Amino acid sequence: MQPIESFEAPAPPKVNYINAQYGLKSWLLTKDHKRIALLYLVSITFFFFIGGLYALMIRLELLTPQGDFLQSTTYNKVFTQHGIIMIFFFLIPSIPATLGNFLIPMMIGAKDLAFPRINLLSWYIYMLGGVITIYALLAGGVDTGWTFYTPYSSTYSNSYVVATGLGIFINGFSSILTGLNFIVTIHTMRAPGMKWFRMPLFLWSHYATSLIMILGTPVIAITILLLAFERVAKVGIFNPALGGDPVLFQHLFWFYSHPAVYIMVLPSMGVISELIANFSRKNIFGYSFVAFSSIAIAVFGFLVWGHHLFVTPQSVYAGMIFSFLSFAVAIPSAIKVFNWTATLYKSSISYDTPMLYALGFIGLFTVGGMTGLFLASLAVDVHLSDTYFVVAHFHYIMVGGALMGYLGGLHYWWPKISGRMYPEGWGRFSALVIFVGFNLTFLPQFVAGYLGMPRRYHAYPPEFQVFNVLSTAGASILGFGMLIPAIYFVWSMRYGRHAEANPWHLPGLEWRTPSPPPTENFYETPIVTWDAYEFAPREEVEVVGKFRE
Amino acid sequence: MTTHATTQDAHGHPALQHHFENMEQQREAGTLGMWVFLVTEIMFFGGMFLAYTLYRNQYPAAFASASNHLDITLGAVNTAVLIVSSFTMALAVYFTQTGKLRPQVLCLGLTLVLGLTFLGIKAVEYHDKYEDHLIPGRLIPWNPFNPGVQEEGQPVDHHKLHLLSGKTVKHPIDATVKNVEMFYWIYFAMTGMHALHMIIGAGLLMYLLIFSLRGRFDPEYHSPVEVIGLYWHFVDIVWIFLFPLLYLLGRHYLHG
Amino acid sequence: MSEHIVPVRIYFAIFAALLVGTALTVVAAFFDFPWRLNTVVALTIATVKATLVVLYFMHVRYSTRLVLVIIASALFWMAILFALTLSDYFTRGWLSTQTG
Repeated sequence: MQPIESFEAPAPPKVNYINAQYGLKSWLLTKDHKRIALLYLVSITFFFFIGGLYALMIRLELLTPQGDFLQSTTYNKVFTQHGIIMIFFFLIPSIPATLGNFLIPMMIGAKDLAFPRINLLSWYIYMLGGVITIYALLAGGVDTGWTFYTPYSSTYSNSYVVATGLGIFINGFSSILTGLNFIVTIHTMRAPGMKWFRMPLFLWSHYATSLIMILGTPVIAITILLLAFERVAKVGIFNPALGGDPVLFQHLFWFYSHPAVYIMVLPSMGVISELIANFSRKNIFGYSFVAFSSIAIAVFGFLVWGHHLFVTPQSVYAGMIFSFLSFAVAIPSAIKVFNWTATLYKSSISYDTPMLYALGFIGLFTVGGMTGLFLASLAVDVHLSDTYFVVAHFHYIMVGGALMGYLGGLHYWWPKISGRMYPEGWGRFSALVIFVGFNLTFLPQFVAGYLGMPRRYHAYPPEFQVFNVLSTAGASILGFGMLIPAIYFVWSMRYGRHAEANPWHLPGLEWRTPSPPPTENFYETPIVTWDAYEFAPREEVEVVGKFRE
Repeated sequence: MTTHATTQDAHGHPALQHHFENMEQQREAGTLGMWVFLVTEIMFFGGMFLAYTLYRNQYPAAFASASNHLDITLGAVNTAVLIVSSFTMALAVYFTQTGKLRPQVLCLGLTLVLGLTFLGIKAVEYHDKYEDHLIPGRLIPWNPFNPGVQEEGQPVDHHKLHLLSGKTVKHPIDATVKNVEMFYWIYFAMTGMHALHMIIGAGLLMYLLIFSLRGRFDPEYHSPVEVIGLYWHFVDIVWIFLFPLLYLLGRHYLHG
Repeated sequence: MSEHIVPVRIYFAIFAALLVGTALTVVAAFFDFPWRLNTVVALTIATVKATLVVLYFMHVRYSTRLVLVIIASALFWMAILFALTLSDYFTRGWLSTQTG
């Protein structure tokens, strides 16, 4: 195969993975990783809307300082459930289960993941966990905060802790099986010539994510089981009145939940690497540094969980260690940001929708990351803990970071997934609306938090109202902005322009097969002789920035 | 016994799945997959071992007292049972690799029987705890945790923990040692989770037995036997650590 | 097949060693060693037994380096969980203003 421009894509086939078989059973019993990715896409979008509805209720309540929209107990349930749905049922699976499932076999030149039936099983497990959690929410909800701190959650709360915990526990297996599948696939199923350091960085970051999934998720699994055990049997595992230690729960909980945030952001970083390199038509700056940084983030991410326990009876000496390590974990992330920026330098950038999301990511993730450093400083954290500063920090990473990467990747690979192009004008417009709405929502929260507004309160002193009004206004714009892609993606499946195999004219292996691909991905096993981001010398490219036609 | 003859057709071994290039790749992926899964199991049990470490450090006397009242004979027998079952499992893999069907089936059957023996002995132990009111908390609502009272007329002696056999009052716990319940929830959580894994293992062994009898496995394709063997050995290893940590604390106080 | 077939006599030897180890650990439990040596002895014997199972019954002795890396990583991660959590519990008493 020749690299880049001179490559002739095969003609679009009549039979692709979407129309290869018809009928509900062929989708619900599929072993094709691409179909499973679409099953996930539909489910996580559903859960995202539910989580979004809870967000809407939060922002409506916080428009006024009085707690006049919801009762405090109801409000506790609303923010708890917003967190649980968004974290466990949207963010953690989002990129790996949709884009990862779809692209990993294609990017390594394989016909499928190593264990296709386990892949399907992991979707069913995800759905089972989701159904149980939704049942718990409808039956009465849970009000402990998504962090389930004991002994409130284990002894004193009268809400559906065990049922919700069961749903999350089951969902964890979905995560574990996905990570297991990815690791084995990347180790054993790379096409001839696809060496580790020829792999796109998307694969490196998913490999690192999978490491976290398999090493961390089991710990939250046992933690939830112990919590349920304490609640049902009324023993003193984490209850101090019966001899237990509530801080032990927090240690066990955060041992997973901190690395979990890297599960949420690493895949997004992988997408950003793809977008930055490909939409500036330049090889990524410092490929191996970015690759190793992904692994470093996964490893270091496990060493910092105690920074969530700074204001507990955790020893201050342990706190100092965790604080130092939390600074260290910022380094590989910063390396990535530097490398992306250096990639952009003197490149030929095209401002298509995916690139807009990527550029947004770099700025917003940097803000989120730097505010994380404030929180990592022991003394400052005492002031900022449990305020809206923390809320703003993690939303900058989760929404400004992870969600931007997800949306950018969805746009970028949409032609490959669906065989259609989304409308570019609407794409750019909604990206800008989302960017503006997002910042208007969360920037005021930094200020409010610094000035002392506590989180998880449904009523607050009136001096914070101006920030909350701005925030709710921003949330409305953000919500509107996110509805637009939901509409035009669906629209494009019927009316969008047909996409050729390589609509962006890029060297990646996934672009060397038709859009949408056949079920077996490639008509014959590719032999890879080129590096991940090998572009033609710029002199040979005819028009800079307008290569879409 | 004849070895299973493989029929080679244009697509290779009949057990070759469509997305793999050859049997070697499939076998490698299967083995690697099981090892990655065992990593998750190590971290899963690791959380409970951490809780054990912390609470044993915090309540050494309670742990020693309660551990002393576990039946060391049953525990040691169970340990031996699992070790033999690991041996028979390893032999089962060997006989599959060398294509000897009857010994293969025999060893798989022995492994299963030994596993069920382990579970049976565990059931006996759990029943004893039920009789002695040592199920933690209100897990059994009509039989709450109640370490029992000190026998009448007997002085409390922290250094000589008496083990009584007999049907009525089996093993009275020294009730002045606080937080004995902490030991028992850990005991039930860890051995219960271990027993659950044994049950799953028994199910997997039954699957292996059935398919072995159908001649599914041969020297070219026996990956399921191998990877289920890995799982079985892992469950054995967990017990190898559980036994001394749960059963052998404070035994030396008897002769102190 | 690149698989290595372990001879039965090795399995026998390991099996015998495991039973001996079990007997040893039971006997050792009845001796009163100073300090925390009881625990050290028990865990050492258990570790040796586990290592034998891993190396021979689970064929790690004859497997690729990748499998070793995987096992080492799992143990390392458990060590992280233990070390950093215990770093909290063991240093709580150091600061005189902190209680318990």
